Amino acid sequence: MTTVDLGLPVRGGLDLVPTAEDVQKAKDYASDQEVRWCPGCGDYAVLAAVRSFLPTLSIKRENTVFVSGIGCSSRFPYYLDTYGMHSIHGRAPAIATGLAVSRPDLSVFVVTGDGDALSIGGNHLIHALRRNVNMTILLFNNRIYGLTKGQYSPTSEVGKVTKSTPMGSLDHPFNPVSLALGAEATFVGRAMDSDRAGLTAVLEAAAKHRGASLVEIYQDCPIFNDGSFDVLRKPDESESRVIQVTHGQPITFGTDGRWAVVRRGFGLAVAPIAEVDPADVVVHDATDHELAFALSRLSDQALDHAVFGVLRQVQRPTYDDLTRAQVEQAVTAADAAGGPDLHGLLHGADTWTIAGR
Amino acid sequence: MDNPVDAALPPRPAGARTVEQRNRVVIRFAGDSGDGMQLTGDRFTSAAAAFGNDLATMPDFPAEIRAPHGTLAGVSSFQLHFADYDILTPGDRPDVLVAMNPAALKANLRDLPAGGALIVDTDEFTKRNLTKVGYAEDPLAEGALSSYTVHRVPMTSLTTAALESLGIGKKDAERSKNMFALGLLSWMYSRPTEGTERWLRDKFAKRPEIAEANVVAFRTGHAYGETTESFAVTYEVAPAALPDGTYRQITGNTALAYGIVTAGQQSGLPVFLGSYPITPASDILHELSRLKRFGVTTFQAEDEIAGIGAALGAAYGGAIGVTTTSGPGLALKSEAIGLAVMTELPLLIVDVQRGGPSTGLPTKTEQSDLLQAMFGRNGEAPVPVVAPRSPADAFDAAVDAVRIALAYRTPVLLLSDGAIANGSEPWRVPEDDELPDLGVEFATEPNGPDGSFLPYARDPETLARPWAVPGTPGLAHRIGGLEKADGTGNISYDSANHEFMVRVRQARIDGIAVPDLEVDDPTGDADVLVLGWGSTYGPIGAAARRLRTAGHRVAQAHVRHLNPLPANTEAVLRSYRQVIVPEMNLGQLAFLLQGRYCIPVTSITKVAGLPFGAEELADRLAAHLVAPPLQNPPLQDTDQKEEVPA
Ligand code: SF4
Repeated sequence: MTTVDLGLPVRGGLDLVPTAEDVQKAKDYASDQEVRWCPGCGDYAVLAAVRSFLPTLSIKRENTVFVSGIGCSSRFPYYLDTYGMHSIHGRAPAIATGLAVSRPDLSVFVVTGDGDALSIGGNHLIHALRRNVNMTILLFNNRIYGLTKGQYSPTSEVGKVTKSTPMGSLDHPFNPVSLALGAEATFVGRAMDSDRAGLTAVLEAAAKHRGASLVEIYQDCPIFNDGSFDVLRKPDESESRVIQVTHGQPITFGTDGRWAVVRRGFGLAVAPIAEVDPADVVVHDATDHELAFALSRLSDQALDHAVFGVLRQVQRPTYDDLTRAQVEQAVTAADAAGGPDLHGLLHGADTWTIAGR
Repeated sequence: MDNPVDAALPPRPAGARTVEQRNRVVIRFAGDSGDGMQLTGDRFTSAAAAFGNDLATMPDFPAEIRAPHGTLAGVSSFQLHFADYDILTPGDRPDVLVAMNPAALKANLRDLPAGGALIVDTDEFTKRNLTKVGYAEDPLAEGALSSYTVHRVPMTSLTTAALESLGIGKKDAERSKNMFALGLLSWMYSRPTEGTERWLRDKFAKRPEIAEANVVAFRTGHAYGETTESFAVTYEVAPAALPDGTYRQITGNTALAYGIVTAGQQSGLPVFLGSYPITPASDILHELSRLKRFGVTTFQAEDEIAGIGAALGAAYGGAIGVTTTSGPGLALKSEAIGLAVMTELPLLIVDVQRGGPSTGLPTKTEQSDLLQAMFGRNGEAPVPVVAPRSPADAFDAAVDAVRIALAYRTPVLLLSDGAIANGSEPWRVPEDDELPDLGVEFATEPNGPDGSFLPYARDPETLARPWAVPGTPGLAHRIGGLEKADGTGNISYDSANHEFMVRVRQARIDGIAVPDLEVDDPTGDADVLVLGWGSTYGPIGAAARRLRTAGHRVAQAHVRHLNPLPANTEAVLRSYRQVIVPEMNLGQLAFLLQGRYCIPVTSITKVAGLPFGAEELADRLAAHLVAPPLQNPPLQDTDQKEEVPA
């Protein structure tokens, strides 16, 4: 079932949100609260990117809402002069669902972390994604628990030595992009905290997507997991690891496109371009479910490769639009019959009257 | 009546039929889960309601959807009490027990008092069915049930014989035997039949042949009573003299759902229900899901936490957020209720209590979540608690709970229970102008210095904070679970501020306006007060009537607002020599009252998954009454065994 099958108009994520009359600036979106992350925390870069990208959406600031859970990144709403709720651990997608369903005129963002979204709140995340509720989820993945001072998280690599795992962690991590795709997400992207341009591009596409958008943001926690993504940052290391995908473009990377992504078996592999027939280089198609999943599998816990950009973007009716349509249909039918009849409802079909006894 | 069975039965001699008047009758239909006993009971109830009797019902069914056929575990029953005066309970013991199979007989016979009428479907008393429930001998054998008036009726075969000419399948024919039973009881109690026939034709409108089969089965049962010698007496129960008004029959879950819809209409706000299916609360979700035309959105969430989370999100957006659950679900929602306490947003949390702890007894009733509702959260997290006292009262309780939530910007807990949820009674439908105005105003203007907005500035009367919904220009603000600074709502770890905020949150709940406790003391000189809450209202009232008839002086009061308690509660308690609190738990309200007022309270408790019976409670109360009964009890003109007219 697609939007088109249902005869519904294809809408953008912000189509029902009122537009701003004045030109807005990044500083309009800064609240008066002092930002209190540790020096060097990757969250600062994301905050700066978000503050400067929000005005470009040209929607009213007061129609923007940030809902977060618990964790370092979940302090995010306090630092934006929009509406916001810093809620409880893991539940932000559920709270945002109620808000998005009842208020189509809002642009709803969820800020969450790897522990918040994938551990305690895993259930709400997957259900918000499968329902395709119109919201943009920023998943800050620092592969560690920061606020509770350094325990391993559901995205930490196996063997991680932390206070709670002195002999190394044992459990296999989630690949958040694979998880989101498996949960039927209609928009899944990934970006790096320090890559302002790449992050902004993915966030903008996510906000404008109608439906649930998940953006995994690799974020550095210099206090408890310092340099965890350094191999993707240092030019000499990242060269062979960072795979940036763009819809409609062949997937090559490295200096002068030294490497290419090609098909292997049911999945994908990386090969030196020199050894590949140019016709065999995979062209990215964000609407191809299988391709997106295969791309997600190229990213592994050792970060030998990591895919960035918009991995999947497909159109599917959103839960909130469909829910409102049902209510509107019922209300319209009742209005046509003279309005919803509370008197009739309360009386029902079988009443009897007692008088004058 | 043109009916194939008529010809087969010997006609009753003219004039042999006697009609007797009764003030009240208790009927229990019992059969296998698949026998349609709930439907049969429901229909008899509707007929009694339409006739103008007062009534109260108690369905009792297994937690399993289809327990093994013919077993004790699979017995489903429906008890109905109807009368010509205002009754308070579904009745302790049936006057008539209809047992559709040996399991139903075995499970229910002990409740039938000596002299009671027993109607059995003899066709089901096969060797195999008897063995299934451990009857070595046929319980219907001559002399075995001599203390009862036994009617042995081959209901299944009479029904299938009557339906033979219709050419419907054997299964469908047999399935109609519950309508035979209904027809027979309708004859015995002189009930009008047209309503039931109309209802059957409506219900099976899509399958006319099934409708016809059911109507014929119903008529066959009716004719069987009319023409069979063993039924020499019919009874009449006149309409009840209830207060003037328009009445309908309603169950607690439906009344509660209607209360929520009404609150939405009277406030002009959309209703958003976030809920996860759970027995016995799911019917509220079902009912509200059908009422979208009133601007009601229902969201079946992935779990209990998401249900309340979404409701709170909707409340933040300006809707009436509602979540419905039962005990185990309330436990899961605790943290989110705490967030609603901290963010001071209106929210309605409905807990339809059932037997606990843990999964407990999903289809049975209990009042054991009171302390969970009061205190089941981390930190000092006061929440108003409101409890309906009967199925019809669930409507008013729901409207009142939403009133408090909106006016004071607070989550409110509504404590219903299984007996209220599934029980039914006549409800005097409120006139349109009796419905309260619940209008609320959202904040639209800055309220602080220099055009700033202070989300935690308070109304001096109610201590409620402004409700500023997203989309309002100039009022953008952030709320959350961290402690708030007074006024600004910014994060604050300041110790003096925390002390202030904890106390102000408590003061806001303590200051909620609730009506005084009303005491019912007909003689005006009672020195014993029986105090209850929730669904014990009926049994306590019925027991108090019995005690008064026996010459005891007892006063009765019932608490609707458990938090905050009515302002006069302490004064009322102190004005009696003895206070007795019957509860379906191990003494939770008694514990609260003693802790709060340091007044000794006598606790009477029951945790059997079933309500108190009137007789049972009267006996237990009597055992606690210290003063001797009055010398000359007031005369009562009544045939009541258990529950007597006021
Ligand atoms: S603990 Fe880590 S993630 Fe948290 S604020 Fe400090 S640097 Fe950032």
